[in-house]
Amino acid sequence: MASSSPDTATQSATHHLKPSGIDIWAFGTLVVALLVALPIFVVIGLALTPSGDMWSHLVDTVLGHLVSTTLLLMLGVGLGTFVIGTGTAWIVTMCNFPGKRIFEWALLIPMAVPAYVIAYVYTDLLEYSGPVQELIRETFGFETRRAYWFPEIRSLGGAITMMTMVLYPYVYLLARSAFLEQSVCVLEASRVLGKGPWQSFFKVALPLARPAIAVGISLVLMETLNDYGTVDFFAVSTFSKGIYDVWLNMNSPSGAAQLASVLLLFVIVLIGVERYGRRKQKFHHTSSHVRALPGFQLSPLRAALAFLACAIPVTVGFLVPAWVLGGYALVFYEETLAANFWDTTLNSLMLSSMAASIAIILGVFLAYSLRLGQTPWVRVVTRFAALGYAVPGAVLAIGILIYLGWLDNSIDAWARDAFGFSTGLIFSGTVIAVTFGYVVRFLSLSFGSAEAGLSKITASMDGAARTLGAGPMATLRRVHLPMLKGSIMTAALLVFVDCMKELPMTAVLRPFNFETLATFVHQYASDELLPEASLAALSIVAAGIIPVLLLSLTITRSRPGQIAPDDEPHLIDIEEAAP
Amino acid sequence: MTDGLVMERIRHTFGDTEILKDVSLVAEAGKLTCLLGPSGCGKTTLLRLAAGLGPLQDGRIYLQGKIVADGANAMSLPPEKRGIGLMFQDYALFPHLNVFDNIAFGVKNLTAERRAWIDTNLERMGVAKHRNSFPHVLSGGQQQRVALLRALAPQPEILLLDEPFSGLDVTRRAQIREDTLNFLKDCGVAVLMVTHDPEEAMFMADHIVVMKDGKVVQAGTPVQTYFHPVDAFVAELFGPMNHFHGIVDKGELNTPFGPFPIPSISDGARAKVLVRMEGIRVAMGSHGDVPDECCATTGHVEDTYLLGRSSHLHIRIPASPNTPDTGETVLLHVRVSGMMKPENGAAVTVWADPKQAFAFADD
Repeated sequence: MASSSPDTATQSATHHLKPSGIDIWAFGTLVVALLVALPIFVVIGLALTPSGDMWSHLVDTVLGHLVSTTLLLMLGVGLGTFVIGTGTAWIVTMCNFPGKRIFEWALLIPMAVPAYVIAYVYTDLLEYSGPVQELIRETFGFETRRAYWFPEIRSLGGAITMMTMVLYPYVYLLARSAFLEQSVCVLEASRVLGKGPWQSFFKVALPLARPAIAVGISLVLMETLNDYGTVDFFAVSTFSKGIYDVWLNMNSPSGAAQLASVLLLFVIVLIGVERYGRRKQKFHHTSSHVRALPGFQLSPLRAALAFLACAIPVTVGFLVPAWVLGGYALVFYEETLAANFWDTTLNSLMLSSMAASIAIILGVFLAYSLRLGQTPWVRVVTRFAALGYAVPGAVLAIGILIYLGWLDNSIDAWARDAFGFSTGLIFSGTVIAVTFGYVVRFLSLSFGSAEAGLSKITASMDGAARTLGAGPMATLRRVHLPMLKGSIMTAALLVFVDCMKELPMTAVLRPFNFETLATFVHQYASDELLPEASLAALSIVAAGIIPVLLLSLTITRSRPGQIAPDDEPHLIDIEEAAP
Repeated sequence: MTDGLVMERIRHTFGDTEILKDVSLVAEAGKLTCLLGPSGCGKTTLLRLAAGLGPLQDGRIYLQGKIVADGANAMSLPPEKRGIGLMFQDYALFPHLNVFDNIAFGVKNLTAERRAWIDTNLERMGVAKHRNSFPHVLSGGQQQRVALLRALAPQPEILLLDEPFSGLDVTRRAQIREDTLNFLKDCGVAVLMVTHDPEEAMFMADHIVVMKDGKVVQAGTPVQTYFHPVDAFVAELFGPMNHFHGIVDKGELNTPFGPFPIPSISDGARAKVLVRMEGIRVAMGSHGDVPDECCATTGHVEDTYLLGRSSHLHIRIPASPNTPDTGETVLLHVRVSGMMKPENGAAVTVWADPKQAFAFADD
């Protein structure tokens, strides 16, 4: 029996073993997480260093205004996206009316338009010299601005409207899947118990979908806090704008860092709401049989109202901007092409693909390390590394600039000490800095996709590969990567498109005289030259449409009971995912 | 040191729950060892530790005489270096590889000889025509055979099987079980197999290790396990039994079949005698032909269930052979082979086969 094995033999035999503690994966995770977290730490660190009376000065001057404006913006956008997103989701999920099939996916399309682009377009349309006001003046014979009332687009209200129109799809998407998951039996029970369709919506469906909607709205608000293009263009003093003003105009990095830290508090609350919502969402996933949705037949009048309710967001959020930009592009494309359009496009493509590749590699690395993870701290650290998406670009931009500046100075000083020459700035204001910013911000997208993809692969796959002689790396290469191909492609696309649209970080981190499509459009629009940049703006929108279309495809495919005729409810099986 | 797999004083906890409590076992080279126990007894955890798929917390594991994991200093050989084969309960075939590539996955050097081995055995297992198919088109039984070939293709020194037949249709299970056993015998590899099915263990194993609540309760040959169970748990693994409780008197326990000798339990202690359902013999009429050493009693049939190959009878007999008139009775569950359908209420003679009756202390 083995218990009689001599100890000496054991000890001499253990040299081929290795400790099962820290490995390259855990170590790599730590390094990646640290790199990603650095900008945030730098901001907080800088905010905490004494900087004279900057803070009290900020409190006296801008802080109150920034806080109230930002809160109002969040409130407005939150309410707007909630009403439009939830309302349209309910209509297309529960009612039958002409065009329903198209609206199911078309309602997502405004997501492709960055808020700043739609802001430029509507300013162009609705400002005093724009075609709409001109038409009003001509029609009614008004002579001056004071003769009639017209809402000012370049205002807080305007910013709320613009952001609402392109961000509501987040809420729509999550609310819709929540409604689809709800067992119709619950709704039918509510009807049988004497509640009408409206009451059933407010008393049953909406409360059940609340966690999903909360997740959607918190994503919307993260985007709202991140926005710089719209608020800069409309001169609405939100935190993102305030940070840049204090930093670049008041020339106070520490003041900007202090504002950024306050903004981080907002973000922490949003992350909390999002996590809470997601936790609840899991809890709801219990139904085993779901009946196909009933599809209320609407009277012609109501059907028309439903049609309008869905058509307006799509028109305002996508059709009008695309139409206006398309019209301009047809006329002014030569000006755009003459203004270094191809170089700019190339820059955008290069930066975005570089960032997407790095984000994918790191995302897969982190997700796989988490899967291997025997040590609990790897879990915590990985979660932290994936927080970038919630942190507004302005905050990351300061952190990165200061961090890279410090790094450059240190290398420079060291080189002068050691070799007697100056290296100058190596990272600051380079493509590396911009790419670094993109990767930090969008790593969570690729990580999330990789993690979701890996979670669908059973643990016994790993075990099988390992016992068949493949090490962790070989297992990743031979088993997981081939199976993950789809989710990796999707993730790369998502990161790529988000980088193409990114403005707040690109604006300050880019090298001198280096334009991307986003900065190019922003620059031109700020100079009231939107028509000349419309081709570029259209390109951004076109890139943004690809993932939205993919998303719509997945939705149409995954729709339960889609093969069945509308008026024929039938039983379908929703397979419970095996734990 | 023993060849094959030796696990020594393994302890394992998940959170606050102790899954394995000081388990030792040996799976000898060239033999098939079964880990038998109900679900949750820790047998799969033990198998995963043997494979190296989880950190060993306490104890030691040796393969072919070499130590591969030592809980004391958290040293361990990663699974890919251990030279073990493991077949998962869900087979875990790689969905992106066809049958041949799945089987060849673990083969380091795919020589002509190894290719021929794969093709020969695909043929032998009756899945040759699916050589280039992807796993999702295979039936459960075919997947099982491919998974077995994949585990064996790298010529492991020991093969671990986790509930290898549980995913199969009952009608196909017996045949596949027999094919698998023959194939494993021909390969001559040491096998450690986890199962909760005692019949399967009896059929397959050279050596059965019975586990309960993270402990080994008995290790021995199938015959020992069946005919000499160390406690009621092991005895009842093979099916529910007839229980007769009482207090030991003069080294005996009184049962409806007369006194049963229990030398190992002291007088005055509570004890029970367990008799297998198939250990009770039945003869029609009140004066059946009873072997000399057995003490028979007379009962009446209450119900009969025909199960095909066997029949299940409920027979009511007096609680004690010495006092048939007290009116106190017990209900016997009896399993006889073949078809037997006496009228309800018919008188029968019943006695117990002493080889299938076991006495244990009652707690």
